[in-house]
Amino acid sequence: MTDEPNYGFDTLQVHAGARPDPATGARQTPIYQSTSYVFRDADHAAALFNLQEVGYIYSRLTNPTVAVLQERIATLEGGAGAVCCSSGHAAQIMSLFPLMGPGCNVVVSTRLYGGSITQFSQTIKRFGWSAKFVDLDDTDAVAAAIDENTRAVFCESVSNPGGYVTDIPAIAAIADKAGLPLIVDNTSATPYLCRPIEMGATLVVHSTTKYLTGSGTVTGGCVVDSGKFDWSKSDKFPSLSQPEPAYHGLKFHETFGALAFTFHGIAIGLRDLGMTMNPQGAHYTLLGIETLSLRMDRHVENAKKVAAWLEKDDRVETVTYAGLDSSPYAERASKLYPKGAGALFTFAVKGGYDACIKLVDSLEIFSHVANLGDTRSLIIHPASTTHRQLTPEQQEAAGAAPDTVRLSIGIETVEDLIADLDQALNKATAA
Amino acid sequence: MSETYSDDLMRDVLKRTKTIACIGVSTNPVRPSHYVARYLGLRGYRVIPVNPAYAGQELLGETVRGDLSDLKDEPIDMVDIFRRSEAVPPIVEDSLALFLPQLQTIWMQIGVRHAQAAAQAEAAGVTVIQNRCPKIEYQRLFGELRKGGFNTGIISSRL
Repeated sequence: MTDEPNYGFDTLQVHAGARPDPATGARQTPIYQSTSYVFRDADHAAALFNLQEVGYIYSRLTNPTVAVLQERIATLEGGAGAVCCSSGHAAQIMSLFPLMGPGCNVVVSTRLYGGSITQFSQTIKRFGWSAKFVDLDDTDAVAAAIDENTRAVFCESVSNPGGYVTDIPAIAAIADKAGLPLIVDNTSATPYLCRPIEMGATLVVHSTTKYLTGSGTVTGGCVVDSGKFDWSKSDKFPSLSQPEPAYHGLKFHETFGALAFTFHGIAIGLRDLGMTMNPQGAHYTLLGIETLSLRMDRHVENAKKVAAWLEKDDRVETVTYAGLDSSPYAERASKLYPKGAGALFTFAVKGGYDACIKLVDSLEIFSHVANLGDTRSLIIHPASTTHRQLTPEQQEAAGAAPDTVRLSIGIETVEDLIADLDQALNKATAA
Repeated sequence: MSETYSDDLMRDVLKRTKTIACIGVSTNPVRPSHYVARYLGLRGYRVIPVNPAYAGQELLGETVRGDLSDLKDEPIDMVDIFRRSEAVPPIVEDSLALFLPQLQTIWMQIGVRHAQAAAQAEAAGVTVIQNRCPKIEYQRLFGELRKGGFNTGIISSRL
């Protein structure tokens, strides 16, 4: 945009969006715990309501603390703007909402977090939307799945429950050829390990609950727009390219250019869907992001060591971590995700379902929770929990077979993590 | 032709400018040209609309002028162009003929660019900004876009 200095990631994760508070000089971003903001006069109010001026009206739409987080994530992802919302699931709806309408579909990776699969295969049908699930390694199938009613392609960068990394440039090229935006869920990789926009993605969604916040404190989500997609090139995206009745016939893309999707997310998405992030939540996430790169380096370092140890162990059937040389995705991971393939992976225990249950119940440091991206190491048995709603075929495709457990490796002392797994595997596989 | 402009340059342009001739402003309040002209008026600039289709009508507190030559007695220091790129050369020529020496800036909106005309204006000592929107840059550089969660590219530990 300009020829200003290119700051490093570590500088941006601390400073982006967060100048000293203009009202008080407070150096840490204050928590603006206020629902509403006084207008200077009637003209000011009118300008704000007409989207003529950017400012604070009501915290369902914008809030000074949340705005700092939005600018920070937008900057780290290399996007034009971002809208934060109440959860990662909210972010997914917020990303699709301006693109879809009744009868429209989204082409989706089969390897998604189970909750996302349920949201896309079941819940979005209530809006008249649908999803077509495709194995993204079969690029011909991806191209073939796109039809005249497709409005987006959706995938994860590093997949949950793990073991898979998406070839984002390849999928972006297919979407681009079809005149469609690619949406990438970058939750498990974070912008430190993966920058989807640089690889051709149009939108990036996050569950900020995970690594961005880092300590398992608050739920949140975010939609980042690259600002690069031409919404007016076809008639497929009328919410952005055609007159908006709720704003006197204003056309978002024509009026706001690269900022159109973000403006729409605030002025229509948050206004009418109301999936707002609260300022207290934004505060925790801002604190977390300040140390993102430091934590991610340790998460990855620990994950590599634990995965390598498990792979050599007789009690373990298989380990699916794209950061292992044995992974079919090792080459793709090292090329596209050079800082690491995340810290999320699965392994299969000899003894199947019962051994998995016993393993989970025998751990002392790993916590049995339905979360990931915490500083603490976490474990879950997807088939009986996060992926429980899926059919056995869907579980298999998503990497969540009955004999598989998922680890989210934390930042603890790695020897302690290995020792904990060792003692629990003994109990799980004892005859 | 470089279309990269430093934040300092754009900040300087937006601070020094007082009177803007806005070429091609629409009377339709949801058209971008109207939107931008109105915004700049709200920020304290005197914005004089130029559009032969609406000449003589009142718009944004000014009478719409049919032609740049109708502005020859006004202290125009910036010309903001909302026209197709092909229409730029005569506008630049007229502006240089009519408004020097007070003319300091010719600004072409997003999607508007003309290398030759730009070079001609620069040779006459006029700053040229192409393919940008002064409203967006004003909002970005002076803190407003921060309120909406946009990537302003501005990092600063100062108040």
